[in-house]
Amino acid sequence: MKRREVRWSDLLFFNSLRALALLIILVFISIFVFLYISSAETFNTIGWKFFILQDWSTNGGRFGALAFIYGTVLSSLIAILLATPVSVGSALFLTEIGPRVLRRPVQMLIELLAAIPSVVYGLWAIFVLAPFVKDHIQPVLRGMTPGLELFQGPPFGLGLFTSGLVLAIMITPTITAICVEVFRSIPLIYREGAKALGATTWETIRLAVLGPGLAGIFSAVILGLGRAMGETMAVTMVIGNRADISASLFSPAATMSSVIANEYGEASAGLHLSSLSAIGLTLLLVSMVVNGFARVVIWRVTRGAR
Amino acid sequence: MKGIHSSFMLELSAGRKVRNCAAQILISLAALLAIVPLVFVFVHVIKSGMPALNLAFFTSLPSPVGQSGGGMANSLIGSLILVVFGTVIGIPIGVFGGVFLSEYGKGKIAFFMRFSVDLLTSVPSIVVGLYIYSMVVVPTKTFSAYAGGLALSILMFPFVVKTTEEVLRLIPQHIREAGLALGIPRWRVIVSIVLKGAIPSVTTGILLGIARIAGETAPLLFTAFGNRFWPHGLNEPMPSLPVQIYSYAISPFEEWHKQAWAGALLLMSMVFLFNLVARLLLFRDKSGHN
Repeated sequence: MKRREVRWSDLLFFNSLRALALLIILVFISIFVFLYISSAETFNTIGWKFFILQDWSTNGGRFGALAFIYGTVLSSLIAILLATPVSVGSALFLTEIGPRVLRRPVQMLIELLAAIPSVVYGLWAIFVLAPFVKDHIQPVLRGMTPGLELFQGPPFGLGLFTSGLVLAIMITPTITAICVEVFRSIPLIYREGAKALGATTWETIRLAVLGPGLAGIFSAVILGLGRAMGETMAVTMVIGNRADISASLFSPAATMSSVIANEYGEASAGLHLSSLSAIGLTLLLVSMVVNGFARVVIWRVTRGAR
Repeated sequence: MKGIHSSFMLELSAGRKVRNCAAQILISLAALLAIVPLVFVFVHVIKSGMPALNLAFFTSLPSPVGQSGGGMANSLIGSLILVVFGTVIGIPIGVFGGVFLSEYGKGKIAFFMRFSVDLLTSVPSIVVGLYIYSMVVVPTKTFSAYAGGLALSILMFPFVVKTTEEVLRLIPQHIREAGLALGIPRWRVIVSIVLKGAIPSVTTGILLGIARIAGETAPLLFTAFGNRFWPHGLNEPMPSLPVQIYSYAISPFEEWHKQAWAGALLLMSMVFLFNLVARLLLFRDKSGHN
């Protein structure tokens, strides 16, 4: 009698947990369903051309996502170009060459960087970073490369480059943390082997850390890319919010997330709202693919080494 | 030993020596460069935030355009409500989701759940806002604290699931077996022995989760929306600190910028505090076991 009772309570517990698991799976699936439903109008009327049309005119009723895709891709690319060397270097400092007394505090500071809310970065970027880019970075770059379209244009301070810069700061802790994990999972014996052959510290790092860790570094960067693409507030605050594709990195632009943040609250009617949802769905799918890909690589690298 | 070392160093060609030195300097510079923004942000937020962070900031409503003073009291209460709401939903789903994955994590359902949770952590927060908008705001026809809190809970629970699962997996199998051998039902073993023993670490995960959602802005923009008055009920637009900072920051008014900085200082301090407490808790737990 007693035994039966025990099994009954266990069964209840197990089934409640299983119901919870199903609920979580359902939430995950329903995100796609709801986003698809709310963007159906755009896919029905505009179709796949939505992704290659550049025109975005709320009043004219013309909607194309190309300018935002361009903005997202370019600002994230700037971010990973700037963040990768710094992050890999920091990770090497934390695992290979940094004095032991410094490693923990430096790592904690970098982790704190990840804890700062996006809106605080945005605020700082508007009032400190953007003026700095306007007064000090763009004039120098423009002066160094006359005729190069990329760095020309009037100095607003707001634009793709500034957004890329904030994003770089924001994703540095992410990339660093994963690189640290990857480097630590590389067996010590590789380094000892390199040292024993007479390699200098740098040669040891190159042969026994960067070499075997390449796949891991790559996936860390991809994960950083995923972060950068989905990031909203800081970018929205400094990108200038104009649906343009311009050759200059210093002209105002817009990203997929920034246009949603800017216009969704005010969008009233059908096609506008559904086009914004369609951009959201695109952003979701791209983030899933990018993050999923990076996770698989990281999982293989850190597991495989153990 | 020293002699051997120096004679070895002599054999290094100049090129290798220079490269070695340069690389080490560059790596150290990279670490320095990674921290510099933290210092800049920190110093600037404190410097610009302190002047406006007075009593009125905590007690009064936002003042109209052009008037100085005023505060963010309504946003503070709004944020508190939203975060509590998000946490109350997020914690049980997160903790028991983690329990399921760690204790019963072998079947098909567990596989798909793990997959969902992994990908949920990578959903951009603005997309969560869109999702809750079409699921809650459209049918109820109003922005509300419910919608905002729900959005926050969706950002929180995957994180808590992951940390809880990780923590419970660290608990040795023989502890579970000891409990079962005493004839205690499995669910009691899980709840009163496994989960109870991991409370400090699970709490760390929860606190980090709270710190994350407390600073979220994007998912609140069109779920909780915002409000310049005291919140009256959960079924109406709810102001929040991050959204208020955002709308002040992009406004053209000097007075509002000051308020935004003060809000940022407060938000950042709270987030850091939660992180600190979470870490201390974990640290104490670890040293206690030793």
